[in-house]
Amino acid sequence: MLRKALVIAAVLGFAAAAQPAVSATTSAPLKDATWSFEGPFGRFDQEQLQRGYKVYHDVCSACHSMKLMSYRNLGQPGGPFFDPKYANPNDNPYVKTLVKDFQVPDVDTDTGDVIKRPATPADTFVSPFANEYAARASNGGALPPDLSLIIKAREDGPRYVYSLLTGYVTPPAGLKAPAGKFYNPYMPGDLTAYWTGDPKHVPVGGFIGMPLQLTPDRVTFDDGTKATAEQEAKDVVAFLSWAAEPHADERKKIGFAVMIYLLLFAGLLYASYRRLWRNIEH
Amino acid sequence: MSGHSTYEPKTAFERWLDTRLPIIRFGLDFMEFPTPKNLNYWWTFGAILAFCLATQIITGVILAMHYVANAGLAFGSVEHIMRDVNYGWMIRFIHANGASMFFLAVYIHMFRGIYYGSYKAPREVIWLLGVIIYLLMMATAFMGYVLPWGQMSFWGATVITNIIGSLPIIGGAITTWLWGGFAVDDPTLNRFFSLHYLLPFMIAGVVVLHLWALHVPGNNNPLGVNVKSEKDTIPFHPYYTVKDGFAVAVFVILFATFVFFNPDGLGHADNYIEANPLVTPQHIVPEWYFLPFYAILRAIPNKLMGVLAMFASIGFLFVLPWLDTSKVRSMRYRPSARLFFWIFVVTCIILGFCGAHEPDQQVIPGFGGFQLMDSNINSFVWLSRLGVLGYFGYFLVVMPILGLREVPLPVPESISNPVLAAGSAMPAGATASPEKKG
Repeated sequence: MLRKALVIAAVLGFAAAAQPAVSATTSAPLKDATWSFEGPFGRFDQEQLQRGYKVYHDVCSACHSMKLMSYRNLGQPGGPFFDPKYANPNDNPYVKTLVKDFQVPDVDTDTGDVIKRPATPADTFVSPFANEYAARASNGGALPPDLSLIIKAREDGPRYVYSLLTGYVTPPAGLKAPAGKFYNPYMPGDLTAYWTGDPKHVPVGGFIGMPLQLTPDRVTFDDGTKATAEQEAKDVVAFLSWAAEPHADERKKIGFAVMIYLLLFAGLLYASYRRLWRNIEH
Repeated sequence: MSGHSTYEPKTAFERWLDTRLPIIRFGLDFMEFPTPKNLNYWWTFGAILAFCLATQIITGVILAMHYVANAGLAFGSVEHIMRDVNYGWMIRFIHANGASMFFLAVYIHMFRGIYYGSYKAPREVIWLLGVIIYLLMMATAFMGYVLPWGQMSFWGATVITNIIGSLPIIGGAITTWLWGGFAVDDPTLNRFFSLHYLLPFMIAGVVVLHLWALHVPGNNNPLGVNVKSEKDTIPFHPYYTVKDGFAVAVFVILFATFVFFNPDGLGHADNYIEANPLVTPQHIVPEWYFLPFYAILRAIPNKLMGVLAMFASIGFLFVLPWLDTSKVRSMRYRPSARLFFWIFVVTCIILGFCGAHEPDQQVIPGFGGFQLMDSNINSFVWLSRLGVLGYFGYFLVVMPILGLREVPLPVPESISNPVLAAGSAMPAGATASPEKKG
C-alpha cells in the first residue's frame, strides 16, 4: 500500500514538473452601457437610430461596408427614417433624397461600358472598396469587417462594440505596437510577444488595425445632441444593432401577443383536461 | 394492435370503404387505443416530440423555398430570409430554436424511458426504433447547422467530418467521399442540404414504426406493472389528447420565449460571420445538444479511441434492454437504481458542461491543482474523463449488476390497485429473491 502511494506520488511529482507554460487570448471586461432596445420590452429609439446612421455614414462607411443593408431599409417600419405616410419605403422622400449622394457601379446597357449611376432606394449600401484586395491595400493589410451583422457576430455585441470604440488608451510602457497597429484592451489578443515588461503582467487586449475614430464632435447631430465620443459610440451601436436584425422590435411585439394567446390557450386546455378527467381515478 | 375494434360503419359509403380500405376504422381504433390511466406528465413528451417534428418539417419546407445551397450564396440567402421574406425571421427562428426544443424533448423522453424501464420486455423494439430516430435526429441537426454557412457551420462540419478521417486505412477515402472533394466546400454543402431535407421524412417513417411497435404491447406506465383489466385503461382520445394538448401548449410557451425574446441565445455569435476557410474561430463548439458527446470525444487522448468512445456512448443505447438485468420496470420500486439514475443524469449534464469549455481550462478558477499524465487535474479534460467513467460505468457496471444485487420494494398488483396488501401483491418472480434472477 505504502509503495503504491509512493509510486503514485512520484508519478504525480514528475508530471507536475512537466507542466507547460500557457499563453491565452485575453481582453478587458466590457464597459457597462445600456440601450433602449434591450430586453423583452425594449424598443429602438428612432432619433438615436438617425444619429447612429449619421455616425456610420460620416465615419464608419469610409472603410466598412454593410452589404446586407439596402437604402430602402432605412425607411421601412422600425427604420431610422420610417414615415408612416409612406408605407412603401421606396417612396419615402427622405430616403429618395439620401440615396442621391451615392454612386452605384453598373453597366451601361447601351454600350456595355462600366459606369456609375445614382443609387435608388432599392440598391444595397455602396461598399467603400471594390473588393477585399482593395480594402486590404488601403488599410495596411487589415480587412475592415462588414458591419451588417457585427453586433450579432460578437459575444455581447452592443457592449463589445461600444467598449472597443471608446476603449482606446495609450499603450502601457513596455508594450510596442507594430507599425499600423493600435492597442485596444477590448480587442481579444495575446500580447506576450510584444511585451517587454514583467512577464507575469502582460497587458490584456490586443492590437487592432483601426485607429481611434470617435472623438468629440467628430459628427454634428441634426437634433442638437452633444456629440461626445460616448454618445457617438452609443448611437452607432444602436444603429448597428437595428441593422443586425431590423425586425427585432416587430419580433418582440408579436411575441407578446403570442404569449398572451398561448397562456389563454394553455389555461383553456388545462380546464378541459380537469373537466374531462374529473371522474377518472388516477 | 391490442384491443378489438369497436367501429361500426354507419353509412353505406363507410361500409363500402371499410371493406376496401378500412382507414376510418384504423383512425378511430388508433385514437381510442386503450391507454393506462395513470400516465404522468413525463409521458406527454411523445406528443411534444410529434409536434416538434411537424414544426420542423413545415418551417423547413418553407425555408427551403428561399434558401440557396451554394457556398457563395447560402449565408446571404439566410439573411435574405431574416430581412426580406415576410415573417422569414419568425420561420427561421422557429426552425433554429425548434432543433434545440426537439432535442430537449427527446432527452427528457429518453430519460423517462430509462427511469420507468420502458425499454424492458416486451418493449425492446420500441426503444431500438427510438434510438434510431435519435441517431437520425443527430445527423439531421448536424447537417442543418451547416446550411447557414457561418463560421461555426463550416468549422463544425470540418471537425466532425475529420473525425471519420481518423479511422485507419479507409478513413481518408471516406472523408473525401463525404466532402465530395478535398475540403468542406460547395459539394459538401449541397449534399448536406439534400440529406437534411431527406432525413426528416425518414424520421417520420421510423416514428410510424415506433408507434406501431408501441401499439402492440401498449404503453408502459409509472408503476411499470402490466395492464391487468379494462379498469386500468382509458381511451387515448379524449383523455390523453387533452392532457398531451395541455402539455404541448406549455412546451410551446417555453419554445416561444426563445423564438421571440432570445432567439440567438442558444446559438453562437461566430455563426453570424460568413464561413471563411482561412480563418479558424478561437473556439469551435457544437450546439448544446451535442456537447456531452463532444466532451467524450475530447476526453480520450488518442483521436481514434476518442471517436470510438463517442460512437460507443450512443451504441450502448442499442443494447440497453439487455444490459439491464432487473425485471422490475419502474424505478419507483428500485431505490438504489433511482440514486444511480440521478447520478447518471448529473453525469450527462457535467459532460455537456465539459464539452462547452476548453479542455485545458480550469474547472475551479485559481486552484492550482497538479499535473496528472497529460493535463492538470483541475482541468475540464479530467472532469470529462471522470464523466466518461461515470457514463460508461452506468451502462456496463451499474445496469447489469444492480438488477442482480438490489432488493426492490414491493410492486403493486395492478394500476387500479396501487395500495399494497403487504408482500402478497408482488407479481411472482418480479421481486421475490431478486438475487436469484438473471
